[in-house]
Amino acid sequence: MKNEDKPTPLALEKLTEIADSIYKQLEGGDIPKMSLPLRTKGNIKFDNRSNVWKYGRATGIRSAKKAVGAYMLLRTMHMLEFIGEMIGNLKSSTLREMYYISEGWGKAKFNSQDESDKLAEDLEIITKCLREDFKLRPEEDGARVIGNLTIEETDRKGKKKRINCRDDVGDSGYSIPYNVESDKVRLLSNDADFIIAIETGGMFDRLVENGFDEDFRSVLVHLKGQPARSTRRFIKRLNEELKLPVVTFTDGDPWSFRIHASVAYGAIKTAHISEYLATPTAEFIGITASDILNYDLPTDKLSDVDIKALEAELTDPRFRDAFWKTEIETMLETKKKAEQQALAKYGLDFVTDTYLPEKLTQAGII
Amino acid sequence: MATIAEELARKQREISVSEFFERNRQILGFDSTVKALIVAIKEAVDNSLDACEEASVLPEISVTISKVDQNEYRVSVRDNGPGVVRAQMPNVFGRLLYGSRFHAIRQSRGQQGIGISAVVMYSQITTGKATRIRSKIAESDVSNDIELTIDTKKNRPSVVKDDHFIWEEGGKRVDHGTLIEFSLAARYVTGRQSVMEYLRSTAVVNPHATISYTDPEGRTYTFQRATETLPPKAVEVKPHPYGLEIGTLINMLAYTQEKKLSLFLRNEFSRISDRVAKEICEKAMVSADRRPKDVSLQQAKAILDAIGGTKIMAPQTDCLSPIGESLIKRGLKNVLGSLRPEFYAQPVTRPPSVYSGNPYQVEAGVVYGGELASDQPVAIMRYANRVPLLYQQGACAITQAISSIDWRRYGLEQRGGTGIPYGPAVILVHVLSTKLPFTSESKEAIAPIPQIMEEIDLALRACARNLKSHLNKKETKSKAAVKFDIVTEILPKIAEKSSKILQRPVPDISRTITKIMNVVFIEDGVDYDAKKKVAKASVRVRNYTSRKQELKVHALVPPAELDRGSIYPEPEEVSEDGKIMWNLKKLQPLEVVECTFSLKSMERDDYSENEVYISDINPATVIGADPLPGDWGIKTFELEEAEVEEADYDEEESELSEE
Repeated sequence: MKNEDKPTPLALEKLTEIADSIYKQLEGGDIPKMSLPLRTKGNIKFDNRSNVWKYGRATGIRSAKKAVGAYMLLRTMHMLEFIGEMIGNLKSSTLREMYYISEGWGKAKFNSQDESDKLAEDLEIITKCLREDFKLRPEEDGARVIGNLTIEETDRKGKKKRINCRDDVGDSGYSIPYNVESDKVRLLSNDADFIIAIETGGMFDRLVENGFDEDFRSVLVHLKGQPARSTRRFIKRLNEELKLPVVTFTDGDPWSFRIHASVAYGAIKTAHISEYLATPTAEFIGITASDILNYDLPTDKLSDVDIKALEAELTDPRFRDAFWKTEIETMLETKKKAEQQALAKYGLDFVTDTYLPEKLTQAGII
Repeated sequence: MATIAEELARKQREISVSEFFERNRQILGFDSTVKALIVAIKEAVDNSLDACEEASVLPEISVTISKVDQNEYRVSVRDNGPGVVRAQMPNVFGRLLYGSRFHAIRQSRGQQGIGISAVVMYSQITTGKATRIRSKIAESDVSNDIELTIDTKKNRPSVVKDDHFIWEEGGKRVDHGTLIEFSLAARYVTGRQSVMEYLRSTAVVNPHATISYTDPEGRTYTFQRATETLPPKAVEVKPHPYGLEIGTLINMLAYTQEKKLSLFLRNEFSRISDRVAKEICEKAMVSADRRPKDVSLQQAKAILDAIGGTKIMAPQTDCLSPIGESLIKRGLKNVLGSLRPEFYAQPVTRPPSVYSGNPYQVEAGVVYGGELASDQPVAIMRYANRVPLLYQQGACAITQAISSIDWRRYGLEQRGGTGIPYGPAVILVHVLSTKLPFTSESKEAIAPIPQIMEEIDLALRACARNLKSHLNKKETKSKAAVKFDIVTEILPKIAEKSSKILQRPVPDISRTITKIMNVVFIEDGVDYDAKKKVAKASVRVRNYTSRKQELKVHALVPPAELDRGSIYPEPEEVSEDGKIMWNLKKLQPLEVVECTFSLKSMERDDYSENEVYISDINPATVIGADPLPGDWGIKTFELEEAEVEEADYDEEESELSEE
């Protein structure tokens, strides 16, 4: 499953199996099709062994009977061929380059990068490989880390660099690379009690300026909205390997709840690798509907889209516990949401002096 | 000493018709200055069209509006009609309820003879100016040029200027024609209810007329005629006794030249024979020999009752002159062509019918698509005896009939299935009759009489079904195009790529193609032979499934033009009303059968789209034709439930982008 020493032959073998299956169906006079697990909230199941949410058994069919299916199958063939070539030529490409490569596929070209990214994920799911095994990598990550944590990164020239994420970096912190596996990043030592993953850059900077990492012996990680795979993987490694507890500190709106879910429970989109990305012990200390009331925070009115998102979360199995149910329902009742920076109502230090200590105490972290 | 009654009687004086209308101008449609302009032009144009048609002249009408000041406009309407003799000019234009049409029972634009003189009067009341009339008849060398006003108290025209002149237009002597020029208090607007729209609408139903219009800014627009053929002249008929009112009967009894009641009945009414006249007299218990003048009110009522209780032949309907299906289409194309509509539903002219003794007839047409606005209510073009109706849309039988149809079934949007539908469409309805029931004297809306509503409904549904058939065809064609794309473009590439990746030979995909298509595919088309004036239609049926197929193919065609000898292959049945049915037995996989037929003496565009239906086969396996409509009275195939399929992966994925 992981990006081990010699993944290439396995990935290629798995991809060839897909082409073989399509070929055999055509040869047998059948309508070619592929079966894939449905990537919907209705088809994610809690895995008791790993404590994360993974795809269930429901499958969908991608068949050449319909235009969309036929086009996707043809794109799949093109992508298999392209990946095969990259592996053979020892090249790699970004997901965006992959999308532009399809410009040369005539009618089979992708309509959007979203489409090509999803197909790459489909291939991961079928082959149980990672897109890195297919020589595909994301664009950029650049999520930032500040805290007393020392790592060793192998740079592009193969040189090993030792970096302390507090002393060896500027105010914008250590930038997480897209590959955070142990061949690239080794976790050496730390002097911290917990990881705090922060949704917005503004709040990350506030905590940095207020010296929260030092005062509370914490490692600050900027999530940059919905966190990239590498950010989530990095957090999970810190949690597993360094035994550091993780908290997520987000805005108080439906989208922020989903950010926490993808860090802690596993995202629907990447449920095939939840085991590898999710940190099941992560605690939510972001703004809740109750916080809005208790701290009397400045708010915005929920938009129609917000309300739809909250309602969808009520039927999302990942939010099916008493805490989330109460908070989501309260938010739907009050129809109010708040940003984490709304805490500035009580001064710039309120978040670090009052709010976070209170929430961290409740969560049993300090 | 005078009694109070005598006192009152002295104060009562006769109110002339003109005076009455002066005080109640809204009755004639002059209730706003915007409307006044349109109504005035409408009256003049109606007069011109009627005059031209009576004289069998192809109408050439020009309308010019110029601005006098903020509140006053000057209008001139000129035609190439027969002209009016000098002696009649004052009466025709300056006397209310005077006209040649008032006593005639037939279909005509103006009915009460109120129109043009009301315009003269409105002009006089609002501007104090006289109306100028110029007219020339072919027999005379000089033209008359008069100016007249109306003495409203006496309902008499008074000529204030009387002159002759030699009429030339563009350096050419005018042979015959009339020009009316008047000033009026008015407001000029553009938009849905405007002079332009009125003239455009007029041009649609008068494809034999050339109408040009010069607006106050001096821009001239011309609607060229689309046909050189004049509509058949409306025939004058005597009134039919059904629907006769007591007042009319008494008047007719008083003025008739007949000396005997039975002769009066036979000669003054249509469809009354000697036998029927006698039967009426007997039933009314009035002597057949009684002098009509001596019939008492009591007896007149008895005669009316007797008429109601006597079986009388329906009135003759040949006095109606519909525009006709072909000319409606051409008129619509002529005027709407610039919007490039994608489809003109085959217009429908219903057979004539009768309400309250009055023959009437309904015509309808629907235009769809192109650059017609798709986010607005459909445009409704209402016509009464070839005259566009612009006002009181909601009160009109036409609008009500349209609103009560569930257009969603025919491919237009409509909230809740009632009301005016939305979509890129124009709906045209023309009601014609010797006596149209209007909701008011201003003749702006047709009264919703149940029989008329029913005929409108039938005409509209026929057009609507035609539209739906077109839309279905369009949809199935695009569905078929998708399948063809899969099997001809995508699938071969999948086969090629997979074999290239595996370095194996390209597999044969023909069996897969049949499985993907799995339809009986029907394509139809029409070829027009301009020389022979023949439209040749073909319906190709191809069995794209892996099994033998059996089905019946039906085509609905205009029966009068169908060349029965041209139908190939031998049809199982051809009905009088133009339904052809082929029974295709044992169509082998990949076999093609082409069914053809020809229509004679057709103009181009008369028949441009086939109406093809199928039966005796599961409609789900057919692309390109609809199952037979239920009301054709033939048992149709029950729709099978769609097979249960596994979830489509690419349709279930929508939530993914949220995280």
